[in-house]
Amino acid sequence: MEETVVLLLMLVGASLILTASLGILRMPDLFLRMSASAKAGTLGVGLILAGVAIFFRDFAITTRAIAVIIFMLLTAPVAAHMIGRAAYFDGSPLWSGTLFDELKSHYHRSTHELDSGDVVVTDQLLEDSLMNDEGDDFQLEE
Amino acid sequence: MNTVILFVILGMLAAAMVIAFIRLARGPRLPDRVVALDLISVIVMAFICVYAVRFNQPNFLDVAIIMALLTFLGTVAFAFYIERRA
Repeated sequence: MEETVVLLLMLVGASLILTASLGILRMPDLFLRMSASAKAGTLGVGLILAGVAIFFRDFAITTRAIAVIIFMLLTAPVAAHMIGRAAYFDGSPLWSGTLFDELKSHYHRSTHELDSGDVVVTDQLLEDSLMNDEGDDFQLEE
Repeated sequence: MNTVILFVILGMLAAAMVIAFIRLARGPRLPDRVVALDLISVIVMAFICVYAVRFNQPNFLDVAIIMALLTFLGTVAFAFYIERRA
């Protein structure tokens, strides 16, 4: 019974990690790749660590496993945010099917400064975005 | 432990590692490679945990803890330098 639970948790975790790496290969731009790897990867390792904690059934091991899970849950979003911010400033291209780039009008490329005004979404802008119909081709980068 | 299923799990992790290495080699920009490296270290952590169960060695978990700490520091450092370079 216990062995079944451990193997099931590890199997689900490993398939989530495989999904994350498929996402990192197939997604069209950096930000989508990051969202795939950060979320699925963290959950996958968390499930595998939960399996380890159940398998050893020892207070010290369980504490360590829980500590790693909490640490990963805290640091994965921070790391993904920092990489995403750096990549945006570095000029990583967005996917051609992107509807809104809300940072575009607030980031000054020459001075590297962000301002925090309201985002103005006019009807014209919305219409232009929805007219952009090239969003369905899942091409890899050129 | 059922070694057949454990080998299936290890095979899935190995496939994930190969796919992440393809993205690491292909790029096309530096942030893509950093994200791929991040995922590779997550896969290595998963490998360590599965081997801890396979060989019944709870001490391997300490390596996973160190791996998690170092990965976070490495990613933050990479982000810092990419942002400085931009």
